[in-house]
Amino acid sequence: MDLTDQQQDLRRAVRELAASFDEDYWLRHDAESAFPWEFYHAFADAGWLGIAIPEEYGGGGLGVLEASLMLEEVAASGAAMNGCSPMHLTIFGLNTVVRHGSQALRAEVLPPAATGELHVCFGVTEPDAGTDTTRISTRAVRDGDEYVLTGRKVWITKAGESQKMLVLTRTTPRDEVDKPTHGLTLFLVDLDDDAVHLTAIPKMGRNAVTSYEVVLDGLRTPAATRVGEEGQGFRILLDGLNPERILLAHEALGIGRAAIRRAVGYARERIVFDRPIGANQGIAFPLAEAVTRLDAAELMARHAAMRYDAGHDVGREANMAKWLCADAGFAAADAAVQTHGGMGYAREFHVERYFREARLMRLAPISQEMVLNYVSQHVLGLPRSY
Amino acid sequence: MKVLVPVKRVPDTAGEKKIDPNDRTVDRESVESVLCPVNEFAIEEAMRLKEQQDAEVTVLLVGPESAQPVVRKALSYGLDAGVQVVDDAVVGSDALGTAEVLAKALAAEEFDLVIFGNQSTDARTCLVPAAVAEILGLPALTYARHLEIDGDQITVHREHEEGWDVVESSLPAVVSVVEAINEPRYPSFKGIMAAKSKPLEVRSLDDLDVDTSRVGSDNAAAIMYEFRDRPPKEPGTIVEDDGSGAAATQLADWLVEKKFV
Repeated sequence: MDLTDQQQDLRRAVRELAASFDEDYWLRHDAESAFPWEFYHAFADAGWLGIAIPEEYGGGGLGVLEASLMLEEVAASGAAMNGCSPMHLTIFGLNTVVRHGSQALRAEVLPPAATGELHVCFGVTEPDAGTDTTRISTRAVRDGDEYVLTGRKVWITKAGESQKMLVLTRTTPRDEVDKPTHGLTLFLVDLDDDAVHLTAIPKMGRNAVTSYEVVLDGLRTPAATRVGEEGQGFRILLDGLNPERILLAHEALGIGRAAIRRAVGYARERIVFDRPIGANQGIAFPLAEAVTRLDAAELMARHAAMRYDAGHDVGREANMAKWLCADAGFAAADAAVQTHGGMGYAREFHVERYFREARLMRLAPISQEMVLNYVSQHVLGLPRSY
Repeated sequence: MKVLVPVKRVPDTAGEKKIDPNDRTVDRESVESVLCPVNEFAIEEAMRLKEQQDAEVTVLLVGPESAQPVVRKALSYGLDAGVQVVDDAVVGSDALGTAEVLAKALAAEEFDLVIFGNQSTDARTCLVPAAVAEILGLPALTYARHLEIDGDQITVHREHEEGWDVVESSLPAVVSVVEAINEPRYPSFKGIMAAKSKPLEVRSLDDLDVDTSRVGSDNAAAIMYEFRDRPPKEPGTIVEDDGSGAAATQLADWLVEKKFV
């Protein structure tokens, strides 16, 4: 499972560029809830945001593996999710537009996304419909050449910085379609509109990047902003789920790597009872175990990425990679806090930030439990539980 | 304008370097090899000439086939082409031998300007740029912290301990740059992708008509007879503050003794 020379070169280059933003930069931006613009521009200007956008639209045309390696390195630099989330959606979220958008929509959206000028957020989740996506209540009603969108989305990362939002709506009521997954439609709407209202959600971590509640109060959008056919939104959305899980798995790995690096450094340098605390097996073993889990999870994540890029169905691998990496990343961050003793709770040692962000990875983009539901049903063939 | 940038593969500057006791060369297995960081300043200066004056920039490396990633790395900054001199006879050359090979390799190209880093981070002799200029019979403008080209004239600020001298010459010329000259960029994503398809020519000493009696370890003028590990750092002086104010006097005395004040 060796990486090619090119993949290694890309990874090294990302590592070098990301290292020019140190952990204090992230501590400050997290503490001040300040969007990391300097960091974003450094990556955008060097062309990294287009890594997975097709070459014909100004991107690099590479796969989910290269995109994953990039985001893993960003996370591992100490940027963690504060560094990944500003770029994540551009990196791969637009593949719904690549695969299903009209020629005109692709030409309008993809080139400025590849350069980083255009920010897009992703609006699926609603207050009353999380994983149970078919129950979303945001409505889109056709009115001549336009649709009128009304509803409420929640946990919309970067909505405040984005010009556009990919939004899932219901165009045919749930009780009027054969299957609940029918009658959903995806749009790429402009957010700069009086009918759009944003409210920031105070949250536990990744505070440099704000997530919002977005209210659409009769937003009019041209029919040309529809992505794919009316009623096909759910199927289109499914195309993006596995690559997203693979990407986030790698981001979780990166957080774990950053936490372990900090913890090992501290365990070597911190002298108690006349010797470095890392000489104690009570300190060393949890870190050894954490890195062992990270390495194992990495294998599954890489495997999933390579198989996806080779065109295989990767429901099993992508879900398992997400579960394993989120678990290993969190265990690593927790061990890193414990290694630091009381200092682990102080912001200046950074591990509490990794801990808060690693916790998120067990919830997003889907909870660990829902992954196990997938594995129970689709890998083991057990009856569906919900 | 044509610019050539000679670069070197060195053991990672941050890594612990070891010398092989048998042949007294740097053990390249024990530490990752990288593009010499000082070369990044030369590459950046060449890139600026490319952007401002449409210069065509070629990178030149003398080293084994396994050093090719370093040429690609240099190309990933946006340079146009690469030349790599690969020949077993070069192994173990000293600064003078290296300069012989570089001079021949440069002479085989058309150029207006050669931009070196002023030293490599492994050997740090600072000899090669001036030696190459001497062999080629060209002006050497070394330790440049600022560089300007106007037509066929070049002006550099040559750094020294008390400031800098303004040095001018006509082109073609050989320049070596110091790290104060610029802030190197990072390779861009597209630069890395494009580096693979940039032309890269491989030459042997035969191709370049190098007199092999002047290169390689057997013909080196500088020979390493002995080496030893860097001595451990001496412990510092700790001044304890007992509250009487004596510590301030001790600190002041120490500063005077070390001639800091």
